[in-house]
Amino acid sequence: MSFLKSKAYKTFKKPLIEANPISIAILGICSSLAVTTQIFPSIIMVLAMTFVLTFSNITISILRHVIPKNIRIIVELVVVSSLVILADQLLKAFLFDVSKQLSVFVGLIITNCIIMGRAEAFALANGPWLSFWDGLGNGLGYGYILIVVGFFRELFGAGSLFGIKVVPDFLYQIGYVDMGLMLLAPGAFILIGILVWIQNIFTGQGVEH
Amino acid sequence: MIKKLADFLNEQEKHFVKGGKFEKLYPLYEAGASFLFSVKETTQSSVHIRDSLDTKRFMSMVMAALTPCILFGIYNSGYQAHKAVGLSLDLIPVLLTGSKLVLPLILVSYAVGGTIELLFAIIRKHEINEGFLVTGILYPLTLPATLPLWQAGVGIAFGVIVGKEVFGGSGRNFLNPALTARAFVFFTYPAYISGEVWTSILKSKDQIVDGWSGATALAVAAATEAPMKASEVLTNAGFSLEKSFIGLIPGSIGETSVPLILFGAIFLIITGVGSWRTMIGSVLGATLMTLIFNLIAGPSSNPFLGLSPIWQMSIGSFAFATVFMATDPVSSPSLEISRFIYGFLIGILGIIIRVINPAYPEGWMLAILLMNVFAPLIDHVVISMKIKKRIPNVV
Repeated sequence: MSFLKSKAYKTFKKPLIEANPISIAILGICSSLAVTTQIFPSIIMVLAMTFVLTFSNITISILRHVIPKNIRIIVELVVVSSLVILADQLLKAFLFDVSKQLSVFVGLIITNCIIMGRAEAFALANGPWLSFWDGLGNGLGYGYILIVVGFFRELFGAGSLFGIKVVPDFLYQIGYVDMGLMLLAPGAFILIGILVWIQNIFTGQGVEH
Repeated sequence: MIKKLADFLNEQEKHFVKGGKFEKLYPLYEAGASFLFSVKETTQSSVHIRDSLDTKRFMSMVMAALTPCILFGIYNSGYQAHKAVGLSLDLIPVLLTGSKLVLPLILVSYAVGGTIELLFAIIRKHEINEGFLVTGILYPLTLPATLPLWQAGVGIAFGVIVGKEVFGGSGRNFLNPALTARAFVFFTYPAYISGEVWTSILKSKDQIVDGWSGATALAVAAATEAPMKASEVLTNAGFSLEKSFIGLIPGSIGETSVPLILFGAIFLIITGVGSWRTMIGSVLGATLMTLIFNLIAGPSSNPFLGLSPIWQMSIGSFAFATVFMATDPVSSPSLEISRFIYGFLIGILGIIIRVINPAYPEGWMLAILLMNVFAPLIDHVVISMKIKKRIPNVV
């Protein structure tokens, strides 16, 4: 119970909905369009991203007093890229197929604005414990949107989930057709837009007064 | 009779106003009552209205202008279907077949779109806007008669929700909802709306049809090989200039007949409902771009480049898009000069997309949607240029 009142929990909770990196800050859109055509690669991407984000936040937070102000971006990049290479190698070793599907987008985690953003905005100003929770929260906030988008894109675009056909055959026989649009990038844009809309309805953000 | 209907409606009103049984369904009652009779409320303070031109009359004018296109669309769909299998081309059976093809599309469009409008009106507690009357008929007119009904329904649902309601309903949409719906169907089910699916094949027991693939004029023109002339190939394929102009060719339901669309255009201009600046701008833009292409066109280049402006305006959906889609008052700019610029750019873009891009057989839908997005920017630029011209009154 005491954890739910702690500062760490608040730091963790904030980026899930209230300050979500995708639906509020509209960061990291590039990867969320590129990898979400299927749900499984989306989940792997989320894991890789959360891993990199959490550990880069911790590392940079530990180093925050040693990093010279004028070269801090370079130092941050070195930390992030080492972690990205680590994640990439892990995927190549244990999940080669998915790694091929994600192609450059694991490598491109390094340019994901969320990571640099959290490093600059949070890790440089807070201790490692809070930075850990902030990284985890942001990773999962990014993650749940990716997984929801991946779910709907695979379901409507290919009629399957995790690569298994879920739309029954008789539907195809009576004329159902998969939505080609969902497999294109605009499909992801539209879905993310709808998610932002639904979230704003519930939180009351962005409502005209 | 009319009196009785009015009395009946007045009697029912108590169920729908605050505290009544069907309080939530008030928008439905309001729409029905004010559609049949005019609005009861009158202006309380001094008079500001010069003319009683409200949204309802505005939209009814568009409906009137569209009527010839709808009727011809029904006739033409039946005509093409009968021609494909060699049935009689008499007026009555052709009209019957056409109605069977077209009316379900229109009904689905109104039913699905109208239900969504109603839902949003109830949730947001506002009245149903008449804008949907026009959207609901414009959309099916841009579809091929062969489109499966459920796809048409999904399309209009998307158009109304994402094209309009997300931004706050009629009057706040920056995209044309009918075109948004069509664009959605176009990209989602490409095999059903472009390519060779435009003629419906009648299935009857005693007649065996192996298959019928009717390419549209645009597909024929785009597929012409280099040494041939596009206009000759079109004429040989059955798309002579007169035929394309009059409109007895396969195509989307409402788009084929240029003279009837011209009639609608004149009607819209005389009643002041459609902006003639947008229409003229679009015609000038399309002519200019086609002439530029004609200059570029050499013996070995894409023969589509060499097609003359008259041809370009007769085939495809240029006329329909210019008259009924580009002039949408909500999604086009508000200033007179910017409307002209907007139309002009639509003309140029539409021809470019149609002729140069091999992925899209027709350009007007995308050209208009693109210019919809730029409409506020055009307005902004025009206004700031006008402000710059003013002599500052503070020294």
